[in-house]
Amino acid sequence: MEEFSALMQGFSVVLSPMNVLLMFVGIILGVLIGVLPGLGGANGVAILLPLTFAMPPTSAIIMLSCIYWGALFGGAITSILFNIPGEPWSVATTFDGYPMAQRGEAGAALTAAFTSSFIGAFVAVLMITFLAPLVADFALKFGSPEFFAVYLLTFCSFVGMGKGSPLKILAAMSLGFALAAVGMDTVTGQLRLTFGQTELMRGFDFLIAVIGLFGIGEILLSMEEGLKFSGKSAKLDPGVVLQTWKRLPRFWMTSVRSSLVGIWMGITPGGATPASFMSYGLAKKMSRDGAKFGTGQIEGVIAPETAAHAAGTSALLPMLALGIPGSPTAAVLLGGLLIWGLQPGPLLFVEQKDFVWGLIASMYLGNVVGLIVVLTCVPLFASILRIPFSIVAPVIIVICAIGAYTVHSAMLDVWFMLGFGVVGYLFKKLDYPLAPLVLALVLGDKAEDAFRQSMLMSQGDLGILWANPLVGSITALALLMLFWPLIGTLLARVRSPKVDEFGAQRPVD
Amino acid sequence: MNEPQKPPGGAVIRTCTVEAVVASAILVAGVTVLVESWRLGARWTDEGPGAGYFPFYIALVMSASSLGILVKALRSRRQDRDVFVDRVQLRRVLQVLLPAVVYVMAVQVLGLYVASTAYIAVFMVVLGRYSWLRSIVVGVCINALFFLMFEVWFKVPLFKGMLDPTRFLGY
Repeated sequence: MEEFSALMQGFSVVLSPMNVLLMFVGIILGVLIGVLPGLGGANGVAILLPLTFAMPPTSAIIMLSCIYWGALFGGAITSILFNIPGEPWSVATTFDGYPMAQRGEAGAALTAAFTSSFIGAFVAVLMITFLAPLVADFALKFGSPEFFAVYLLTFCSFVGMGKGSPLKILAAMSLGFALAAVGMDTVTGQLRLTFGQTELMRGFDFLIAVIGLFGIGEILLSMEEGLKFSGKSAKLDPGVVLQTWKRLPRFWMTSVRSSLVGIWMGITPGGATPASFMSYGLAKKMSRDGAKFGTGQIEGVIAPETAAHAAGTSALLPMLALGIPGSPTAAVLLGGLLIWGLQPGPLLFVEQKDFVWGLIASMYLGNVVGLIVVLTCVPLFASILRIPFSIVAPVIIVICAIGAYTVHSAMLDVWFMLGFGVVGYLFKKLDYPLAPLVLALVLGDKAEDAFRQSMLMSQGDLGILWANPLVGSITALALLMLFWPLIGTLLARVRSPKVDEFGAQRPVD
Repeated sequence: MNEPQKPPGGAVIRTCTVEAVVASAILVAGVTVLVESWRLGARWTDEGPGAGYFPFYIALVMSASSLGILVKALRSRRQDRDVFVDRVQLRRVLQVLLPAVVYVMAVQVLGLYVASTAYIAVFMVVLGRYSWLRSIVVGVCINALFFLMFEVWFKVPLFKGMLDPTRFLGY
């Protein structure tokens, strides 16, 4: 019960009037970001990160994580009302959410989505509360080889579990690592890959990459489709909310299953998008009304939303306990921790107890606040989508430019942001995944450090990655993941292949 | 995204062409990193692994995977007729991209607030067909909001360029 008292301690840190206010501000900004095309969890948090530089770290992380919860909630609004997934993980929500809205049950669909998001997040936070300290405790025994093996596993998992061409996943990932290597080498002090340009000495900041890849790239994509928003109107009166809540307990099995799927996919770097699809597919297979899925079944909204939110939340576990983020947004939050001078990883739980437990407590409260805000303010947020694109598009580009500038107060970064925007557009259209690129850019230095340290320990012998059972099993698992696409093809020749029902709709993330 | 489509605008760029170009660009970058990290010292030095030790292997993966994508794209050139963008779509994309480039150039000279106001207003007039008055009012209001948010509430100074319209306020 040590965790419990630590958590209560955390609540006392969080429950100051200033922090509660920041929570509301964060949630509202987050929902706005989730609703607006081109702004999502990752780049929204990246843009707003500089706003928190002057705050104490605990307040800052509370606001940023609330932005993240808000974005997770916001994605559902556009999916259900407009059939436009605001975020990749809400694509599966459109399958049943939009038909429900067309039948005039938008209120019920929204209530179901928000409530199951909340439940998914809640289960995941419970898991984090009790599991994260254990993982951190275990990871205290890790040396450099173990850490490098975990990094290896993270990146190989992208190949093994990702959708799309493994070659493209590898190319995007190595591009991220190469960009991370630009600038001053932390060990030898040599300048690397700067080609004599002093401006490049700072290297490429991943925040700039995130803002460009996800923000500008997304705007270019939405523009190409010539978006015209035509949505269902949304009103949520308390009667509908209560009625829907009465219907929800019947689907407790779906909620539990989806939470577990989400938690698993969130801790491993599968992420929220595959989690939502997997959970939708499972619900369809197991439900009695499975055949009616896609025509507006409330269960078809519950399953993906619960899983997406559970995954999005549990992605913070490896970020806090190991210093390895499970999603691009978690990576941005990790970047924030580094900027505030906190070293994420197992030691965080020993040295920064107030911060860690404050953050975990704010996850509980933030989701409660989020549920209240979205249930009461849906019409307001939906009206934002009725603002014509010719106003929204330039405003979003201005916001991105401001965000990119404020990271280092450097104009060159704004140009890089535009460049990353074009890359993001091309990569998205060609199905190159962006998440491994961003994660490689964030973790590049740390992975390299761990690799070099291990090589120094063994005098250049790769055998150190198999030196003891712990590091050996992680490495073996990583290699299994790396070669999974090959193994999968071989297996498919032996057995009849499994059909991926929703493969076509699932975005490469 | 990948279904073959025949829009009225006519095809300008095919997917496999873009695929090949992007793969070649990554390949070139990969080889550059390869050469550069070899020069930095990709092998074992007296003090341990050299500065180029890790990037060298990364570049190896990068070059190999992009080469694979390139070969695949070139092989499927004949039968793959997917359209990457048609003329209408390309125009729409450039309608956002080119003004954005001009905007960033303007920021460099005029500073963020002035350039953003002008950018939002012009974008609204040209693409949204709003009246000048309305567009300028919207542009000014949005930037006033940004000013309050960044400079006043969160105390993050933004780039003001040559013109410094808010100097009289003390920011």
